[in-house]
Amino acid sequence: MVEREGIRRYVAHVILWVGIAVVAFPVYLAFVASTQDNAVIANGQMSLLPGSHFLETYYRTIFVGTSGTTREPVGMMLFNSLIMAMSIALGKIFISILSAYAIVFFRFPFRMTVFWIIFITLMLPVEVRIYPTYKIAADLNLLDSYSGLALPLIASATATLLFRQFFMTVPDELLEASRIDGAGPFRFFKDTLLPLSRTNMAALFVILFIYGWNQYLWPLLITTRDDMQTIQVGIRKMIVTSDALTEWPIVMATAILAMLPPVFVVIVMQKLFVRGLVETEK
Amino acid sequence: MANVTLRNVRKTYPGGVEAIKGITFDVPDGQFCVLVGPSGCGKSTLLRMVAGLETVTSGEIDIGGRVVNQVEPADRDIAMVFQNYALYPHMSVYNNMAYGLRNRGMAKPEIDKRVREAAQILEIGPMLERKPRQLSGGQRQRVAMGRAIVRQPKVFLFDEPLSNLDAKLRIAMRVEIRKLQRRLNTTSIYVTHDQLEAMTLADILVVMNGGVVEQIGNPLDIYQKPATTFVASFIGAPPMNLTPLRGDEAGIRFTSGGSVPAGTILGVRPEDLTVSTGDAPEGGVSYDLIVEAIERVGAETFVYGSRSGAKEAAAVSAKPGELPPGEIIVRIPGQAAPAIGAAIRAVAPRDKLHLFAADGRSRIDL
Repeated sequence: MVEREGIRRYVAHVILWVGIAVVAFPVYLAFVASTQDNAVIANGQMSLLPGSHFLETYYRTIFVGTSGTTREPVGMMLFNSLIMAMSIALGKIFISILSAYAIVFFRFPFRMTVFWIIFITLMLPVEVRIYPTYKIAADLNLLDSYSGLALPLIASATATLLFRQFFMTVPDELLEASRIDGAGPFRFFKDTLLPLSRTNMAALFVILFIYGWNQYLWPLLITTRDDMQTIQVGIRKMIVTSDALTEWPIVMATAILAMLPPVFVVIVMQKLFVRGLVETEK
Repeated sequence: MANVTLRNVRKTYPGGVEAIKGITFDVPDGQFCVLVGPSGCGKSTLLRMVAGLETVTSGEIDIGGRVVNQVEPADRDIAMVFQNYALYPHMSVYNNMAYGLRNRGMAKPEIDKRVREAAQILEIGPMLERKPRQLSGGQRQRVAMGRAIVRQPKVFLFDEPLSNLDAKLRIAMRVEIRKLQRRLNTTSIYVTHDQLEAMTLADILVVMNGGVVEQIGNPLDIYQKPATTFVASFIGAPPMNLTPLRGDEAGIRFTSGGSVPAGTILGVRPEDLTVSTGDAPEGGVSYDLIVEAIERVGAETFVYGSRSGAKEAAAVSAKPGELPPGEIIVRIPGQAAPAIGAAIRAVAPRDKLHLFAADGRSRIDL
């Protein structure tokens, strides 16, 4: 890194601080709003310092919910979102690592055809095929269920491609050494390929968890019951558009709560993620 | 303990490329066999066929009296050392060596005993808990060897195991491999493109070229009596001087009784030539040369000369590994050498001459 001298260094710092402020201020504002009394916010007299309703608001948000539109407590929504994001992340990793294993290490008829079919699905995200996907989910009785929330989003090619690229860099000799050491296809997968893919899986998990957590359109369609709602859909429904009063502290508390799990995942997985980028062991 | 027998083994790739064109040889129990040849000659393919990593198109591979063509690599009772070692990067040295044994369901105490024994032989005891990436090239090489010997297999297979090491370490490991093989007395097949490695390691040397065996035998026999011009120029460094004779070669003279049939190829090793002012002994040959280059390597000096008046003969093209036509290398001991541009005479006695048929495929005994 280049050491900078005098004023240029201060300028760089100022720019960084401005950047942080731009990103962090709305979050701070949301937090402050979540600790104020709703009447104060409605008056437009919100202070920029945290209010005194922190415990009360968060207790109500998590365990009770708004009194108006959605009466589901946000705790339930968090739980639904968590199930959905985890199913998508883990399910995708599981399916794609197996399919990539088959495509890279096995010789079977139409191997490349299969690969290209998987590849082409990249061009067809859920938003494009939303009607047929909904129809299939409905026909399979997947409406208002966790499988319905997760399954259609699990089927996609990105992770398969990523694992395929990684598997192709694994030297052939490793496979051959395993064969001579008496490891069959499953043992090779479990004892050699999985441990080598650990950091790739961690990186993918971070990306997929956030992808799953932030889904909006699909959960909005597939769930109708309040107790199956995910948090991203829930927030939107809390904001009342008619003449009733939106409970802003609860909306803001929900937004803060919705933000925490992805942040948590990133922080926890970051070490593994970075190590995966730094270490090159093969 | 087992012998390895190959019977008319062939390998044709799906594209129709024939990599191995019918190879037959036998490695008796406990012998060290080296497959040597230029890159692309099929030696690695042949080794991988013995290992079971490549299918056999036709012919039979027999290990210890059992035809293993259809047997999985793990069940052939072989161990292989790869060129890039192929150590499992995420496993400790100990686990790298123990993995194959565990897969076979061997009892833990026995695994532990074998691994520690091998570690002691190879002097990698203090590194058992390290990961491969924490080891140097030479140490990785030892671990790869350890992984092979803990199995106590019938046959060791080595696929250019020393080519990733630096020159000094290569020589040290070469000696160690030989010692280890003698000590364990395990039948071994070793692939290399380095003729020096081949000469020093082999009990049986198999010289391959273009998917066929050029010559099989004891390394010194092959050195002294190469069967083809390919072997003559491949084994020995610098290569043998080969000159196609058409009866009118400039700068080559046979002394009385030394004439050879025209249309043959004459070969003389650089070390068998001596610089002399007189004629060659009875039946020998003498070359009149103009010195073009000198290479001093300390204990010896190589003199590159072109035969006087041989420039017009350069129409005969050199095969790979052979010298350009008209060029002759003379090896002289010490560091004294003639000046560049000087005219010298190099002579060889009759018993040091090699003669080959015009196509280079067979040897004519003088």
